[in-house]
Amino acid sequence: MSQGTQLHWQRAVVKSRRAAADEIAEIVLAGERPLFTEPGAHIDVRIAPDMVRSYSVVEGAVDGSWVKIGVRRSPTSRGGSRFMHALEPGDHLEVTSPLQNFPLRVGAPRYVLLAGGVGITAIHSMARVLKRLGADYQLIFVGRSRPAMAFLDELHREHGPRLRLSVDDEGDVLDVKGLLGQVDHSTEFYMCGPIRLMDAVRRAWIERELPMPNLRYETFGNSGWFDPEEFELRIRGSERHTVVSPDESILEALERVGVEAMYDCRKGECGLCVVKAEQLNGVIDHRDVFFSEAEKSTDTKLCVCVSRVASCANSAGAGAEDSASTRATLTLDFP
Amino acid sequence: MTDLSPSGATAKNMAYPLNAWYVAGWDHEVNRKKILSRKIADRPMALYRTEEGRPVALTDACWHRLAPLSMGSLVGPDGVQCPYHGLQYNSAGRCTFMPAQKTINPSAMVNSFPVVERHRFIWVWPGDPMLADAALIPDMHQMGSDEWAGDGKTIDVRANYQLVLDNLMDLTHEEFLHSSSIGQKELSESDIEVTHDDRTVTVTRFMENIDAPPFWLKNMRDKFPDFEGKVDRWQIIEFQMPSTICIDVGVAKAGTGGLTGDRSQGVNGYVMNTISPVDQANAMYYWAFMRNYRLESQRITTELRDGVHGVFAEDEEMLTAQQQAIVDNPDHEFYNLNIDAGGMWVRRLIQRAVEAERTMLASDADLSDAKG
Ligand code: FES
Ligand code: FES
Ligand SMILES: [Fe+2]
Repeated sequence: MSQGTQLHWQRAVVKSRRAAADEIAEIVLAGERPLFTEPGAHIDVRIAPDMVRSYSVVEGAVDGSWVKIGVRRSPTSRGGSRFMHALEPGDHLEVTSPLQNFPLRVGAPRYVLLAGGVGITAIHSMARVLKRLGADYQLIFVGRSRPAMAFLDELHREHGPRLRLSVDDEGDVLDVKGLLGQVDHSTEFYMCGPIRLMDAVRRAWIERELPMPNLRYETFGNSGWFDPEEFELRIRGSERHTVVSPDESILEALERVGVEAMYDCRKGECGLCVVKAEQLNGVIDHRDVFFSEAEKSTDTKLCVCVSRVASCANSAGAGAEDSASTRATLTLDFP
Repeated sequence: MTDLSPSGATAKNMAYPLNAWYVAGWDHEVNRKKILSRKIADRPMALYRTEEGRPVALTDACWHRLAPLSMGSLVGPDGVQCPYHGLQYNSAGRCTFMPAQKTINPSAMVNSFPVVERHRFIWVWPGDPMLADAALIPDMHQMGSDEWAGDGKTIDVRANYQLVLDNLMDLTHEEFLHSSSIGQKELSESDIEVTHDDRTVTVTRFMENIDAPPFWLKNMRDKFPDFEGKVDRWQIIEFQMPSTICIDVGVAKAGTGGLTGDRSQGVNGYVMNTISPVDQANAMYYWAFMRNYRLESQRITTELRDGVHGVFAEDEEMLTAQQQAIVDNPDHEFYNLNIDAGGMWVRRLIQRAVEAERTMLASDADLSDAKG
C-alpha cells in the first residue's frame, strides 16, 4: 500500500538514456543515496513542482548504485513522458526511493506473467527471479508490433520457450479466454499492461472462478463509488453526534467525540471495526475488502475505518455538494 | 555474560549470511506424511511437499496468532491448514481460507522461502527471495551420480556452525581426536597449501610413503584384498560459500601416482559436509561419505557410513564441549595457529558476506517502508 507511506525524495542524476523500443526510453538513474529495488517496484519522479509521475523499475544494482526505468512517450502526455524522453546524461531530477505495490511471491506451483506494451518494464525482472529459482513460469508479452516491444532480444535469450509473444500487427491477437483456460487454481498470475487487457483478464478470471488472491496487478486500493462528502453521525441511545468531514473517517470522528471503538488495520481488511448501521439516510459507500459483495449490498454493517455514507445525489465525479439539506445521516448501533 | 557478538574474523560465534542456500533436510525428510519443523538461520520453517512433489518451506508460525503450521495438516494440492483456528495457506504463503468470514484479508500471509531440491538435499534461502539463484547452490554432484555410492547422516550439534567449519578446514586434529581410525602423526608433519577465490577456499595436503591408518587400510583391502605396504595419502578440502565443505580423500599404493593424477591403484572417497546454522549456538550438520569403487556393495556403504559416524561422534563431543567452554569463559579470546589458514579464509569470506548484507539492510529501509 502506498497510502500512508512517507515518501523520501532525493536527487538523482541521469547516467544514460537509450531507446529500448519505438517510443520507449530506458533511463538509468543514480541516486544520491542507494536506490534498492525489487521486482514490481516503481519510483515517483517529480516532473514539475505539481506534477509527479510513477515509472516501473526494470532492474537495479544489488548495491543500489543505479536503477533502470522504462518510460513510454504517451501521445496524450501532459508533459511527463515528453520531459523524460528529453533527459540527457548528467541531468538532475528528484525521485523517490523505489516503492513496492506489486510484490512477487515465490513458492507457487506455477506462474503466468502477462505484459502488455510498456508493462514489460515491471514484468521483466519478475521473470528473471522465477528463472533463477527454477520456477515453472510462462511469460506472455503482448504488443502492437515488434519494433514497439522493448527488450525482445534479451527476453528471448533468457526465457527461450517460456516466452510467448503475441504481436497485433502480425495478426496474432492474444486469446485471453484461451489463455485462462489453461490456468489452474494454484497458478499465480501477474499482469501489467493496458487497462483494456487487464479488464479482459479480470473478467475471464472471475468467470472461471479462479481464486482472486492469485490474480496480481498493481492496485491502488478501493477508492469507493462516491466522492467523500460530509455526513452526520449519530449513536443509538446516546446524545452524542457529530459531522464527519470529507477528509475524516468515521473511526476518527468517533475517537474525536470520545466513543471507544475496536479496530486494528484501519484500512478495511481485518473487519475488527465493523459496526451495525441502525438507521441510514443515504447509502453506505463500502470501501473495505472485508465484506463480500453480498454482505455489502444489505447495508446493515460497515467497516468504520474506511467506509462512508453518501447522500444518493452524489455519485463519483458529480462533485460533492456541501449543503446541510442533502447531507446524509448514519446512526450506529454499538452493542 | 556470554559473548555471542557476531563480528570479527576470529569471532567465537560467527553470524551467518542470509542471502545464501542452506540445507533444511534430506530429500526423504520432506514429504507429505508429516510437516517437518526446522529452524534455519533463526527462521523457523515448516517443510512439506505439494501433491506434485515439489518441496515447500513456509514460516512455521501462522499469520493470525503464530501457532506453528508444522502442527497443522496438509490441505488441497499445495497448502497447509493452521491447527489452531483453521486458516489455510497455499505454497506461496497466501492465505486462501478464513473459516469465520466470507472474504480473505489480503494482508494475511506467511513467508514462503525459495526452495530447491538438489544433491539429495532440500535447500532453502532464508534471506531476500528476490536474490535467490539456484546456480549458487554448492556443487555436491557426487551425491547424485552413478559413479559414486554412499550414504550419510545428520548431527544435531550444540555448537555455532562456524566451529564445525573450523573443524573441517583443519584436519591436523585427526591425529589427536581420531587416533584410532584416521589419525597419524604425518598429518601434522606435512605441509598444506591454501588457495581461495571469492566463494571457495581449498586446502591441499599430501603425505607420501606412509602407513595407512586403520580406516584406510580396510578400504584398500576392500578394493585390493591382498594389499600390504606403504601408501600415498591425500586430503583436498574444498569450502564453498556459505557452509559446504567437500573433502577429496584417499590413499594409493605408494609411488603409483596417486598424488599426481593416477588414482587407479588407490581408493578415493568424498566426505560431503554441509552445515546449516540453527541459531548462534546450534547447527545441523549434514554429511555423507561417497566412494567411487565397489559401487555394488551395500555392505561397504553401511560400513563406511557407520565408520564415519563413529569418527564424527568424536568431533561432536569436542564441538559441544568447545561451545560450552566459550560460554563459560566469556573473557577469553580465540587465537590462531598457522594450521588455521584455511579456516581463517573461510571466516573472512563469510564475514565479508555478512557485512555486505548489513550495509544493504541499513539502507533498505525505504523500500520495506513502502511494502506496508
Ligand atoms: S480496522 Fe480493520 S477493517 Fe477497519
Ligand atoms: S493461529 Fe493460526 S488460525 Fe489462529
Ligand atoms: Fe574430525
